[in-house]
Amino acid sequence: MTIRSAAPAIVARSLSRRFGSFTAVDRISFEVQAGEVFGFLGANGAGKTTAIRMLTGLLSPSDGEASVAGFDVRTQIEQVRRHIGYMSQRFSLYDDLTVRENIRLYGGIYGLTDAEIAERTTAILAELRFAPSVAALVRSLPLGWKQKLALSVALLHRPAVVFLDEPTGGVDPITRRQFWELIYQAAARGTTVFVTTHYLDEAEYCDRLSIMVDGRVAALGTPSALKAEFSVPTLDEVFVRLARGPATGAVL
Amino acid sequence: MSASAIHVAGIEKRFGATTALRGVSFDVEAGELFGLVGPDGAGKTTLFRILTTLLVPDTGSATVLGKDVVRDYWDIRLRVGYMPGRFSLYADLSVEENLSFFASVFGTTMAEGRDLIDPIYRQIEPFRERRAGALSGGMKQKLALCCALVHRPDLLLLDEPTTGVDAVSRREFWDLLDTLRATGLTIVASTPYMDEAARCDRIALIQNGALLAIDAPGAVGRRFPRPLFAVRGMSRTRLLTALRAYAHAASVYPFGDTVHVSDARSGIAMEQQQLELSEWLRAQSVTDVSVVPVEPGIEDTFMELMGEPSPVAA
Repeated sequence: MTIRSAAPAIVARSLSRRFGSFTAVDRISFEVQAGEVFGFLGANGAGKTTAIRMLTGLLSPSDGEASVAGFDVRTQIEQVRRHIGYMSQRFSLYDDLTVRENIRLYGGIYGLTDAEIAERTTAILAELRFAPSVAALVRSLPLGWKQKLALSVALLHRPAVVFLDEPTGGVDPITRRQFWELIYQAAARGTTVFVTTHYLDEAEYCDRLSIMVDGRVAALGTPSALKAEFSVPTLDEVFVRLARGPATGAVL
Repeated sequence: MSASAIHVAGIEKRFGATTALRGVSFDVEAGELFGLVGPDGAGKTTLFRILTTLLVPDTGSATVLGKDVVRDYWDIRLRVGYMPGRFSLYADLSVEENLSFFASVFGTTMAEGRDLIDPIYRQIEPFRERRAGALSGGMKQKLALCCALVHRPDLLLLDEPTTGVDAVSRREFWDLLDTLRATGLTIVASTPYMDEAARCDRIALIQNGALLAIDAPGAVGRRFPRPLFAVRGMSRTRLLTALRAYAHAASVYPFGDTVHVSDARSGIAMEQQQLELSEWLRAQSVTDVSVVPVEPGIEDTFMELMGEPSPVAA
């Protein structure tokens, strides 16, 4: 993907969050450029979810600052929310509504006009080859298709930044790859993609990635730079070394 | 004594209009670590629920440890350890209380099962007084495994034990399974992660309620029917576009930092396929082209056998 020289889509500076005496996120700093696909990796409990909640305006930082799409996550929460999309495996679509109804509902929530909703519904159905299932309840769709639809819905209002929290967990290998094609298309249209995954082959598909360990950003760079830095052939090994620490990481 | 720990013959299961399992047959040998590999919705959980006697198949039959899953359900329940996909311990009981409870249900005590669970329990023992609901994901998983093992089952069934778990914890979990296998325990585990499948003795690939293949992990890769190439080039987008436009391409799938490509023509030597593919990419102005033969893996075979997914649930 080409990285534009415009203002960064996401900026975090010494962003921190404490819960009581526990520091979940410890002074993380990074910038994500507009149109970039940025992988946000880390072991369970490393602080990824807390960081995402701060960047999406759901949790206020204890210290430091961050902006998303040019808006301050502390003081301009409404603008932040209006300019982002979000999806995760746990929260995406309404199971009891049809494909068309879900698109219509989210279009309304995002404040699109009827004409825009109609036009984007047609575009989504064509792009996903979903037309035969438009009247199907979302609950009847295979998980992978549900996730592809959820991504399209998260992009419905053409947000500047979309946050994807483990969007492909449990999805079959072909649909998982189709999902990543949708990510690339969104990035090519200028949307910045901030994505977490436990599949390290998917980490290779990111322009750059960061790996969080114990609340801090322990590594940040392109996939090839990270592999070079740790002198290992795969990101899987980069991840294992970082998350297990240097003492045990050497014994593989 | 029969060597088969599990024998499944022609099992079908429907839920209303949905067919969850369609004619599934396989055997698991005693002492084996057997993997059920497939995505969400493939039918893995339904199969586990039949093997643990919680569901009755519509047609077909199955025996577990030599006992019939319909007729002898009580015998099976006493001898099987089951870790369901969803966390199913008592959140308000402590780690120790959960374990004692599960032991007592099976008429035993924690002390009697202690040596078997010891390598796992040692890792959560510092938290033994903590409520199970307050444990981290990885700790919950280890406690659930201890609870499934405390009555010394002859067969351990694990339904997606590592879903949503990070790559490092997943490795550690499979290290634990290796330790358990070394004690002679028969283990069946399901997973959507193809990399985990490599750690099983044998695997069954499952998709849409049907088994696509049953084999040793290494042999599954060799079932891929054509030579396979790992292709690199700049840029990724241009490379993919060029590969998809290649008239002889049978499959084109991104694979980490490469793209796996196979050639549909059977009468042509691999070297020739490799050469023509490189030439095509250079002609399409892809730079830094590299095309090298690569051994197909489990995921390559899975994608080859599963066919194009459809949005309409079958």
